Amino acid sequence: MLCDNCGERDAVINLTQVEHDSKVTLHLCEQCAQQKGVETGGAILKSPLANLIGSMTKGGTSVLPPTDGLRCASCGFTLKDFRDSGRLGCADCYASFNGHLRDLLRRLHGSSQHVGERYAPPGGAGADPRARLLDLRDQLRRAVDSENFELAAELRDRIKVLE
Amino acid sequence: MIDLSLLPDGGMTWLDASGARPHVVLSTRIRLARNLAGHTFSQRARDVDRLAVLERVEDAARETPVLQEATAFRLDRLDRPDRQLLHERHLVSKELAGLDRESRPRAGAAVLVTGRGGVMVNEEDHLRLQGMRSGFALEDAYAEIESLDAELGRLLPFAFHPEFGYLTSCPTNVGTGLRASVLIHLPGLVLTKEIQKVLQGLAQVGLTFRGLYGEGSDVVGNFFQLSNQTTLGKSEPELLEHLGKIVSQVIEYEEQARELLLQKAPTEVSDKVWRAYGLLKYARSLTFEETMNLLSGVRLGVSLNLIPDVRVYTLNKLLIYTQPAHLAALEGRPTGDPELPTTRATYVRRLLAAEVS
Repeated sequence: MLCDNCGERDAVINLTQVEHDSKVTLHLCEQCAQQKGVETGGAILKSPLANLIGSMTKGGTSVLPPTDGLRCASCGFTLKDFRDSGRLGCADCYASFNGHLRDLLRRLHGSSQHVGERYAPPGGAGADPRARLLDLRDQLRRAVDSENFELAAELRDRIKVLE
Repeated sequence: MIDLSLLPDGGMTWLDASGARPHVVLSTRIRLARNLAGHTFSQRARDVDRLAVLERVEDAARETPVLQEATAFRLDRLDRPDRQLLHERHLVSKELAGLDRESRPRAGAAVLVTGRGGVMVNEEDHLRLQGMRSGFALEDAYAEIESLDAELGRLLPFAFHPEFGYLTSCPTNVGTGLRASVLIHLPGLVLTKEIQKVLQGLAQVGLTFRGLYGEGSDVVGNFFQLSNQTTLGKSEPELLEHLGKIVSQVIEYEEQARELLLQKAPTEVSDKVWRAYGLLKYARSLTFEETMNLLSGVRLGVSLNLIPDVRVYTLNKLLIYTQPAHLAALEGRPTGDPELPTTRATYVRRLLAAEVS
Protein backbone atom coordinates (compact mmCIF):
# COMPACT_ATOMS: atom_id res chain seq x y z
CA MET A 1 0.00 0.00 0.00
CA LEU A 2 1.28 3.48 -0.87
CA CYS A 3 1.50 6.34 1.60
CA ASP A 4 -1.74 8.36 1.83
CA ASN A 5 0.26 11.55 2.15
CA CYS A 6 2.92 11.48 -0.58
CA GLY A 7 1.51 8.61 -2.66
CA GLU A 8 5.08 7.63 -3.55
CA ARG A 9 6.62 5.47 -0.85
CA ASP A 10 5.26 2.32 0.80
CA ALA A 11 3.12 2.94 3.87
CA VAL A 12 4.65 1.40 7.01
CA ILE A 13 2.66 3.17 9.74
CA ASN A 14 -1.06 3.21 10.41
CA LEU A 15 -1.91 6.43 12.20
CA THR A 16 -5.41 6.45 13.71
CA GLN A 17 -6.72 9.80 14.84
CA VAL A 18 -10.08 10.79 16.28
CA GLU A 19 -11.44 13.96 14.74
CA HIS A 20 -14.90 15.28 15.53
CA ASP A 21 -15.88 11.91 17.01
CA SER A 22 -15.00 9.96 13.87
CA LYS A 23 -11.94 7.78 13.48
CA VAL A 24 -9.59 8.51 10.58
CA THR A 25 -6.81 6.06 9.75
CA LEU A 26 -3.90 7.29 7.67
CA HIS A 27 -1.39 4.92 6.08
CA LEU A 28 1.94 6.69 6.05
CA CYS A 29 5.49 6.09 4.94
CA GLU A 30 8.28 6.61 7.46
CA GLN A 31 9.23 10.10 6.23
CA CYS A 32 5.67 11.45 6.22
CA ALA A 33 5.00 9.88 9.62
CA GLN A 34 8.06 11.63 11.03
CA GLN A 35 6.87 14.93 9.60
CA LYS A 36 3.65 14.44 11.54
CA GLY A 37 5.65 13.94 14.69
CA VAL A 38 5.15 10.17 14.98
CA GLU A 39 8.05 8.15 16.35
CA THR A 40 8.89 5.44 13.83
CA GLY A 41 11.98 3.99 15.40
CA GLY A 42 9.96 1.12 16.87
CA ALA A 43 11.15 0.86 20.44
CA ILE A 44 10.95 4.18 22.23
CA LEU A 45 13.77 4.47 24.66
CA LYS A 46 12.60 3.90 28.21
CA SER A 47 15.88 4.70 29.94
CA PRO A 48 16.25 7.81 32.08
CA LEU A 49 17.42 11.01 30.45
CA ALA A 50 20.93 10.74 31.82
CA ASN A 51 21.51 7.43 30.03
CA LEU A 52 20.08 8.83 26.85
CA ILE A 53 22.20 11.94 26.90
CA GLY A 54 25.16 9.78 27.92
CA SER A 55 24.64 7.64 24.83
CA MET A 56 25.12 10.73 22.70
CA THR A 57 28.80 10.78 23.48
CA LYS A 58 29.53 7.08 23.30
CA GLY A 59 29.77 6.61 19.55
CA GLY A 60 27.67 3.87 17.96
CA THR A 61 24.12 5.17 17.86
CA SER A 62 25.09 8.71 18.69
CA VAL A 63 22.05 10.95 18.99
CA LEU A 64 23.98 14.15 18.59
CA PRO A 65 26.70 14.70 16.02
CA PRO A 66 29.94 16.16 17.36
CA THR A 67 28.81 19.78 17.30
CA ASP A 68 29.69 20.66 20.88
CA GLY A 69 30.58 24.17 19.84
CA LEU A 70 27.01 24.98 18.83
CA ARG A 71 25.99 27.86 21.07
CA CYS A 72 22.67 29.48 21.98
CA ALA A 73 22.85 33.12 20.93
CA SER A 74 20.59 34.24 23.79
CA CYS A 75 22.18 32.62 26.84
CA GLY A 76 25.51 31.32 25.59
CA PHE A 77 24.70 27.72 26.53
CA THR A 78 26.43 25.11 24.36
CA LEU A 79 25.40 21.61 23.38
CA LYS A 80 28.24 20.38 25.57
CA ASP A 81 26.72 22.23 28.56
CA PHE A 82 23.44 20.49 27.85
CA ARG A 83 25.14 17.14 27.53
CA ASP A 84 26.90 17.65 30.85
CA SER A 85 23.95 18.96 32.85
CA GLY A 86 20.88 17.49 31.13
CA ARG A 87 19.30 20.94 31.39
CA LEU A 88 18.89 23.74 28.86
CA GLY A 89 19.91 27.34 29.51
CA CYS A 90 16.88 29.26 28.28
CA ALA A 91 13.78 28.95 26.12
CA ASP A 92 15.73 30.04 23.03
CA CYS A 93 17.97 26.97 23.38
CA TYR A 94 15.07 25.01 21.87
CA ALA A 95 15.40 27.06 18.68
CA SER A 96 19.22 27.08 18.78
CA PHE A 97 19.48 23.29 19.08
CA ASN A 98 16.25 22.59 17.23
CA GLY A 99 17.29 19.60 15.10
CA HIS A 100 19.17 17.83 17.88
CA LEU A 101 16.40 18.31 20.38
CA ARG A 102 13.67 17.14 18.01
CA ASP A 103 15.42 13.81 17.71
CA LEU A 104 15.93 13.57 21.47
CA LEU A 105 12.30 14.49 22.19
CA ARG A 106 11.04 11.78 19.82
CA ARG A 107 13.09 9.25 21.70
CA LEU A 108 12.01 10.53 25.10
CA HIS A 109 8.32 11.11 24.45
CA GLY A 110 7.59 9.18 21.26
CA SER A 111 6.78 12.45 19.50
CA SER A 112 8.12 15.96 19.15
CA GLN A 113 4.77 17.58 18.37
CA HIS A 114 2.88 19.26 21.20
CA VAL A 115 -0.83 18.49 20.91
CA GLY A 116 -2.00 19.89 24.25
CA GLU A 117 -3.23 23.35 25.20
CA ARG A 118 -2.18 26.10 22.78
CA TYR A 119 -0.91 29.28 24.36
CA ALA A 120 -1.28 32.86 23.21
CA PRO A 121 1.07 35.20 25.05
CA PRO A 122 -0.30 38.44 26.48
CA GLY A 123 0.08 41.46 24.24
CA GLY A 124 -2.03 40.39 21.26
CA ALA A 125 -5.29 42.01 20.23
CA GLY A 126 -7.69 42.30 23.14
CA ALA A 127 -4.94 41.47 25.60
CA ASP A 128 -5.52 41.84 29.32
CA PRO A 129 -4.65 45.47 30.27
CA ARG A 130 -3.27 44.14 33.58
CA ALA A 131 -0.63 42.22 31.59
CA ARG A 132 0.37 45.43 29.80
CA LEU A 133 0.75 47.14 33.17
CA LEU A 134 2.85 44.31 34.60
CA ASP A 135 5.05 44.39 31.52
CA LEU A 136 5.57 48.16 31.84
CA ARG A 137 6.45 47.79 35.52
CA ASP A 138 9.01 45.15 34.58
CA GLN A 139 10.49 47.45 31.93
CA LEU A 140 10.59 50.25 34.51
CA ARG A 141 12.52 48.09 36.95
CA ARG A 142 15.05 47.24 34.26
CA ALA A 143 15.37 50.89 33.22
CA VAL A 144 16.04 51.93 36.83
CA ASP A 145 18.54 49.06 37.29
CA SER A 146 20.45 50.19 34.21
CA GLU A 147 20.19 53.85 35.31
CA ASN A 148 18.36 54.81 32.14
CA PHE A 149 16.36 57.50 33.94
CA GLU A 150 14.98 59.17 30.82
CA LEU A 151 13.30 55.93 29.77
CA ALA A 152 12.24 55.28 33.38
CA ALA A 153 10.45 58.65 33.56
CA GLU A 154 8.62 57.94 30.31
CA LEU A 155 7.60 54.47 31.48
CA ARG A 156 6.40 55.88 34.79
CA ASP A 157 4.13 58.30 32.92
CA ARG A 158 2.68 55.51 30.79
CA ILE A 159 2.08 53.39 33.90
CA LYS A 160 0.26 56.29 35.57
CA VAL A 161 -2.07 56.61 32.57
CA LEU A 162 -2.88 52.91 32.65
CA GLU A 163 -3.40 52.88 36.41
CA MET B 1 10.30 29.03 63.34
CA ILE B 2 7.51 29.55 60.81
CA ASP B 3 3.96 28.91 61.88
CA LEU B 4 2.33 26.50 59.47
CA SER B 5 -0.99 26.92 61.20
CA LEU B 6 -1.13 30.28 59.40
CA LEU B 7 -1.51 28.44 56.10
CA PRO B 8 -4.99 28.00 54.71
CA ASP B 9 -6.14 24.73 56.28
CA GLY B 10 -2.63 24.33 57.60
CA GLY B 11 -1.67 23.31 54.06
CA MET B 12 -3.12 19.90 54.83
CA THR B 13 -6.50 19.83 53.11
CA TRP B 14 -5.21 17.21 50.74
CA LEU B 15 -4.58 14.76 53.59
CA ASP B 16 -8.02 14.94 55.17
CA ALA B 17 -9.04 11.51 53.79
CA SER B 18 -12.18 13.00 52.26
CA GLY B 19 -11.47 12.02 48.65
CA ALA B 20 -12.26 8.89 46.67
CA ARG B 21 -10.69 5.53 47.70
CA PRO B 22 -8.97 6.94 50.84
CA HIS B 23 -7.92 3.48 52.03
CA VAL B 24 -5.72 3.00 48.98
CA VAL B 25 -5.05 6.49 47.59
CA LEU B 26 -3.80 9.24 49.91
CA SER B 27 -3.64 12.14 47.53
CA THR B 28 -3.52 13.29 43.94
CA ARG B 29 -1.22 16.06 42.82
CA ILE B 30 -0.68 17.70 39.46
CA ARG B 31 2.01 20.17 38.56
CA LEU B 32 2.51 22.30 35.47
CA ALA B 33 6.00 23.55 34.59
CA ARG B 34 6.10 27.04 33.09
CA ASN B 35 8.88 29.49 32.27
CA LEU B 36 8.83 33.18 31.47
CA ALA B 37 9.89 34.13 27.95
CA GLY B 38 12.97 36.36 27.86
CA HIS B 39 14.44 35.11 31.15
CA THR B 40 17.24 32.55 31.51
CA PHE B 41 16.06 29.31 33.18
CA SER B 42 16.48 29.37 36.98
CA GLN B 43 19.41 26.96 37.33
CA ARG B 44 21.48 28.91 34.83
CA ALA B 45 20.32 32.41 35.82
CA ARG B 46 22.22 34.95 37.90
CA ASP B 47 20.78 35.94 41.28
CA VAL B 48 19.57 39.26 39.87
CA ASP B 49 17.66 37.43 37.08
CA ARG B 50 15.98 35.10 39.55
CA LEU B 51 14.95 38.01 41.75
CA ALA B 52 13.52 39.76 38.67
CA VAL B 53 11.47 36.63 37.87
CA LEU B 54 10.21 36.51 41.46
CA GLU B 55 9.17 40.18 41.30
CA ARG B 56 7.23 39.58 38.08
CA VAL B 57 5.47 36.59 39.61
CA GLU B 58 4.65 38.49 42.80
CA ASP B 59 3.21 41.35 40.72
CA ALA B 60 1.07 38.87 38.78
CA ALA B 61 0.02 37.06 41.98
CA ARG B 62 -1.40 40.33 43.35
CA GLU B 63 -3.69 40.44 40.28
CA THR B 64 -4.72 36.78 40.51
CA PRO B 65 -7.70 36.07 42.79
CA VAL B 66 -6.55 32.56 43.83
CA LEU B 67 -3.07 33.81 44.69
CA GLN B 68 -4.12 36.98 46.51
CA GLU B 69 -4.99 34.82 49.50
CA ALA B 70 -1.83 32.73 49.26
CA THR B 71 0.80 32.62 51.99
CA ALA B 72 4.27 33.35 50.58
CA PHE B 73 7.56 31.95 51.86
CA ARG B 74 11.01 33.00 50.68
CA LEU B 75 13.03 29.78 50.93
CA ASP B 76 16.30 31.74 50.64
CA ARG B 77 15.42 33.57 53.86
CA LEU B 78 14.37 30.58 55.95
CA ASP B 79 16.46 28.42 58.24
CA ARG B 80 16.95 24.79 57.36
CA PRO B 81 14.38 23.36 59.85
CA ASP B 82 11.69 25.61 58.37
CA ARG B 83 12.59 24.63 54.83
CA GLN B 84 12.51 20.99 55.82
CA LEU B 85 9.09 21.52 57.38
CA LEU B 86 7.71 22.86 54.08
CA HIS B 87 9.29 19.96 52.23
CA GLU B 88 7.83 17.37 54.60
CA ARG B 89 4.46 18.94 53.97
CA HIS B 90 4.96 18.33 50.26
CA LEU B 91 4.69 22.06 49.57
CA VAL B 92 8.19 22.46 48.12
CA SER B 93 10.64 20.13 46.42
CA LYS B 94 13.94 19.15 47.96
CA GLU B 95 15.71 21.16 45.27
CA LEU B 96 13.77 24.38 45.92
CA ALA B 97 14.28 23.99 49.67
CA GLY B 98 18.03 23.52 49.13
CA LEU B 99 18.07 20.40 51.30
CA ASP B 100 20.57 18.40 49.27
CA ARG B 101 23.70 17.89 51.36
CA GLU B 102 25.23 21.29 52.13
CA SER B 103 23.37 23.19 49.40
CA ARG B 104 21.52 26.42 50.04
CA PRO B 105 18.29 27.54 48.38
CA ARG B 106 18.85 29.74 45.33
CA ALA B 107 18.28 33.49 45.61
CA GLY B 108 14.63 34.20 44.84
CA ALA B 109 13.48 30.64 45.64
CA ALA B 110 9.92 31.04 46.92
CA VAL B 111 6.59 29.31 47.28
CA LEU B 112 3.06 30.69 47.29
CA VAL B 113 0.80 28.33 49.21
CA THR B 114 -2.95 28.20 48.66
CA GLY B 115 -5.43 25.86 50.33
CA ARG B 116 -5.13 23.23 47.64
CA GLY B 117 -1.77 23.76 46.09
CA GLY B 118 0.34 26.70 45.12
CA VAL B 119 3.22 27.92 43.02
CA MET B 120 6.91 27.20 43.42
CA VAL B 121 9.05 30.01 42.02
CA ASN B 122 12.61 29.57 40.72
CA GLU B 123 12.64 25.82 41.02
CA GLU B 124 14.21 24.07 38.03
CA ASP B 125 11.58 25.98 36.03
CA HIS B 126 10.53 29.54 36.84
CA LEU B 127 7.06 28.36 37.84
CA ARG B 128 5.76 25.05 39.05
CA LEU B 129 2.01 25.33 39.54
CA GLN B 130 0.70 22.64 41.87
CA GLY B 131 -2.76 21.36 42.59
CA MET B 132 -3.43 18.83 45.33
CA ARG B 133 -6.48 16.85 46.33
CA SER B 134 -7.26 14.26 48.93
CA GLY B 135 -7.82 10.75 47.54
CA PHE B 136 -8.03 9.79 43.86
CA ALA B 137 -9.16 12.98 42.08
CA LEU B 138 -7.27 13.70 38.87
CA GLU B 139 -10.00 15.76 37.22
CA ASP B 140 -10.60 17.99 40.24
CA ALA B 141 -6.90 18.60 40.77
CA TYR B 142 -6.51 19.52 37.10
CA ALA B 143 -9.55 21.80 36.98
CA GLU B 144 -8.09 23.99 39.69
CA ILE B 145 -4.60 24.19 38.31
CA GLU B 146 -5.90 24.77 34.78
CA SER B 147 -7.68 27.95 35.77
CA LEU B 148 -4.63 29.19 37.69
CA ASP B 149 -2.49 28.48 34.63
CA ALA B 150 -4.87 30.37 32.35
CA GLU B 151 -5.00 33.34 34.68
CA LEU B 152 -1.22 33.58 35.12
CA GLY B 153 -0.70 33.00 31.40
CA ARG B 154 -2.76 36.11 30.65
CA LEU B 155 -0.52 38.18 32.90
CA LEU B 156 2.91 36.66 32.30
CA PRO B 157 4.49 35.75 28.95
CA PHE B 158 5.10 31.99 29.14
CA ALA B 159 7.79 30.45 26.95
CA PHE B 160 5.91 28.46 24.29
CA HIS B 161 6.97 26.91 20.99
CA PRO B 162 4.44 25.90 18.30
CA GLU B 163 6.03 22.47 17.85
CA PHE B 164 7.48 21.69 21.29
CA GLY B 165 4.78 23.32 23.45
CA TYR B 166 5.62 24.82 26.86
CA LEU B 167 9.40 25.04 27.09
CA THR B 168 11.10 23.68 30.19
CA SER B 169 14.60 23.50 31.58
CA CYS B 170 14.65 19.70 31.22
CA PRO B 171 13.43 18.15 27.95
CA THR B 172 11.62 15.43 29.92
CA ASN B 173 9.00 18.03 30.97
CA VAL B 174 8.49 19.88 27.70
CA GLY B 175 5.14 20.01 25.87
CA THR B 176 2.33 20.08 28.39
CA GLY B 177 4.73 20.49 31.32
CA LEU B 178 2.25 18.31 33.17
CA ARG B 179 3.18 15.72 35.75
CA ALA B 180 0.30 14.08 37.58
CA SER B 181 1.05 11.83 40.57
CA VAL B 182 -1.15 9.63 42.64
CA LEU B 183 0.16 8.73 46.10
CA ILE B 184 -1.00 5.18 46.62
CA HIS B 185 -0.62 2.61 49.40
CA LEU B 186 0.11 -0.89 48.11
CA PRO B 187 0.78 -3.23 51.06
CA GLY B 188 -1.31 -6.04 49.52
CA LEU B 189 0.79 -6.18 46.39
CA VAL B 190 4.00 -5.98 48.45
CA LEU B 191 2.94 -8.81 50.81
CA THR B 192 1.79 -11.06 47.93
CA LYS B 193 5.08 -10.24 46.14
CA GLU B 194 3.22 -9.05 43.05
CA ILE B 195 4.57 -5.52 43.30
CA GLN B 196 7.60 -5.96 41.02
CA LYS B 197 5.38 -7.21 38.21
CA VAL B 198 3.09 -4.22 38.59
CA LEU B 199 5.95 -1.71 38.70
CA GLN B 200 7.58 -3.24 35.64
CA GLY B 201 4.22 -3.09 33.87
CA LEU B 202 4.03 0.63 34.59
CA ALA B 203 7.21 1.34 32.64
CA GLN B 204 5.78 -0.48 29.64
CA VAL B 205 2.73 1.79 29.54
CA GLY B 206 4.69 5.04 29.86
CA LEU B 207 4.24 5.56 33.60
CA THR B 208 6.79 5.71 36.36
CA PHE B 209 6.87 5.45 40.16
CA ARG B 210 8.67 7.31 42.92
CA GLY B 211 8.82 7.25 46.70
CA LEU B 212 6.84 9.23 49.25
CA TYR B 213 8.67 12.51 48.62
CA GLY B 214 8.72 12.38 44.81
CA GLU B 215 11.72 12.36 42.54
CA GLY B 216 14.78 10.63 43.92
CA SER B 217 13.12 9.53 47.17
CA ASP B 218 12.97 6.01 48.59
CA VAL B 219 9.85 3.95 48.94
CA VAL B 220 8.86 3.79 52.62
CA GLY B 221 5.77 2.38 54.26
CA ASN B 222 4.59 0.81 50.98
CA PHE B 223 3.69 4.26 49.60
CA PHE B 224 4.28 4.81 45.90
CA GLN B 225 3.75 7.85 43.73
CA LEU B 226 2.56 6.76 40.30
CA SER B 227 2.92 9.35 37.56
CA ASN B 228 3.14 9.93 33.83
CA GLN B 229 6.60 9.63 32.31
CA THR B 230 6.05 11.54 29.08
CA THR B 231 4.66 15.06 28.72
CA LEU B 232 4.75 15.64 24.95
CA GLY B 233 2.69 14.23 22.07
CA LYS B 234 -0.46 13.73 24.12
CA SER B 235 -2.97 16.33 25.27
CA GLU B 236 -3.51 17.07 28.96
CA PRO B 237 -6.83 15.14 29.10
CA GLU B 238 -5.22 12.18 27.31
CA LEU B 239 -2.32 12.08 29.79
CA LEU B 240 -4.74 12.23 32.74
CA GLU B 241 -7.09 9.65 31.28
CA HIS B 242 -4.24 7.23 30.66
CA LEU B 243 -2.83 7.65 34.17
CA GLY B 244 -6.33 7.40 35.66
CA LYS B 245 -7.06 4.17 33.80
CA ILE B 246 -3.83 2.51 34.90
CA VAL B 247 -4.13 3.71 38.52
CA SER B 248 -7.69 2.30 38.62
CA GLN B 249 -6.27 -1.02 37.48
CA VAL B 250 -3.54 -0.91 40.12
CA ILE B 251 -6.19 -0.15 42.79
CA GLU B 252 -8.14 -3.17 41.56
CA TYR B 253 -5.02 -5.41 41.76
CA GLU B 254 -4.32 -4.09 45.25
CA GLU B 255 -7.87 -4.84 46.38
CA GLN B 256 -7.66 -8.34 44.90
CA ALA B 257 -4.33 -8.90 46.69
CA ARG B 258 -5.90 -7.80 49.99
CA GLU B 259 -8.84 -10.16 49.44
CA LEU B 260 -6.44 -12.98 48.67
CA LEU B 261 -4.48 -12.32 51.85
CA LEU B 262 -7.68 -12.44 53.90
CA GLN B 263 -8.73 -15.71 52.27
CA LYS B 264 -5.40 -17.54 52.22
CA ALA B 265 -3.66 -16.25 55.32
CA PRO B 266 -6.23 -14.65 57.65
CA THR B 267 -4.33 -15.38 60.86
CA GLU B 268 -0.99 -14.12 59.55
CA VAL B 269 -2.54 -10.91 58.23
CA SER B 270 -4.48 -10.28 61.41
CA ASP B 271 -1.39 -10.97 63.51
CA LYS B 272 0.73 -8.64 61.36
CA VAL B 273 -1.62 -5.65 61.53
CA TRP B 274 -2.32 -6.02 65.26
CA ARG B 275 1.39 -6.35 66.01
CA ALA B 276 1.95 -3.11 64.08
CA TYR B 277 -0.78 -1.42 66.09
CA GLY B 278 0.56 -2.83 69.34
CA LEU B 279 4.06 -1.52 68.65
CA LEU B 280 2.76 1.94 67.78
CA LYS B 281 0.66 2.00 70.94
CA TYR B 282 3.31 0.83 73.35
CA ALA B 283 6.81 1.32 71.90
CA ARG B 284 9.15 3.70 73.75
CA SER B 285 11.41 4.52 70.81
CA LEU B 286 10.48 4.69 67.12
CA THR B 287 12.58 5.66 64.11
CA PHE B 288 10.81 7.49 61.27
CA GLU B 289 11.14 4.57 58.86
CA GLU B 290 9.87 2.07 61.41
CA THR B 291 6.92 4.35 62.13
CA MET B 292 6.07 4.53 58.41
CA ASN B 293 6.14 0.75 58.14
CA LEU B 294 4.00 0.26 61.24
CA LEU B 295 1.52 2.88 60.02
CA SER B 296 1.35 0.96 56.76
CA GLY B 297 0.38 -2.20 58.67
CA VAL B 298 -2.29 -0.39 60.69
CA ARG B 299 -3.66 1.31 57.57
CA LEU B 300 -4.03 -2.14 56.00
CA GLY B 301 -5.76 -3.42 59.14
CA VAL B 302 -8.19 -0.49 59.11
CA SER B 303 -9.05 -0.94 55.45
CA LEU B 304 -9.72 -4.67 55.99
CA ASN B 305 -11.94 -3.84 59.00
CA LEU B 306 -9.65 -5.85 61.23
CA ILE B 307 -8.83 -2.87 63.44
CA PRO B 308 -11.95 -0.91 64.35
CA ASP B 309 -12.13 2.66 65.67
CA VAL B 310 -8.95 4.02 64.04
CA ARG B 311 -9.72 6.70 61.47
CA VAL B 312 -7.70 7.11 58.25
CA TYR B 313 -7.44 10.79 59.13
CA THR B 314 -5.60 9.93 62.36
CA LEU B 315 -3.18 7.78 60.40
CA ASN B 316 -2.59 10.61 57.90
CA LYS B 317 -1.92 12.99 60.74
CA LEU B 318 0.65 10.59 62.19
CA LEU B 319 2.22 10.30 58.76
CA ILE B 320 2.83 14.04 58.71
CA TYR B 321 3.66 14.82 62.34
CA THR B 322 6.10 11.97 62.97
CA GLN B 323 8.43 13.32 60.27
CA PRO B 324 11.65 14.71 61.79
CA ALA B 325 11.13 18.45 61.23
CA HIS B 326 7.44 18.34 62.16
CA LEU B 327 8.05 16.35 65.30
CA ALA B 328 10.94 18.57 66.36
CA ALA B 329 8.86 21.73 65.79
CA LEU B 330 5.83 20.29 67.58
CA GLU B 331 7.77 19.17 70.63
CA GLY B 332 10.21 22.12 70.69
CA ARG B 333 13.32 20.01 70.01
CA PRO B 334 16.20 20.62 67.58
CA THR B 335 15.86 18.63 64.30
CA GLY B 336 19.05 16.64 64.83
CA ASP B 337 18.09 15.69 68.39
CA PRO B 338 19.31 12.12 69.15
CA GLU B 339 16.32 11.72 71.48
CA LEU B 340 13.87 12.18 68.59
CA PRO B 341 12.91 8.45 68.40
CA THR B 342 11.81 8.60 72.06
CA THR B 343 9.93 11.84 71.47
CA ARG B 344 8.26 10.23 68.44
CA ALA B 345 7.10 7.18 70.38
CA THR B 346 5.64 9.43 73.10
CA TYR B 347 3.84 11.55 70.50
CA VAL B 348 2.36 8.49 68.75
CA ARG B 349 1.11 7.00 72.02
CA ARG B 350 -0.42 10.31 73.04
CA LEU B 351 -2.21 10.88 69.72
CA LEU B 352 -3.57 7.33 69.54
CA ALA B 353 -4.83 7.59 73.12
CA ALA B 354 -6.55 10.90 72.32
CA GLU B 355 -8.06 10.03 68.95
CA VAL B 356 -8.92 6.33 69.21
CA SER B 357 -11.83 5.44 71.44
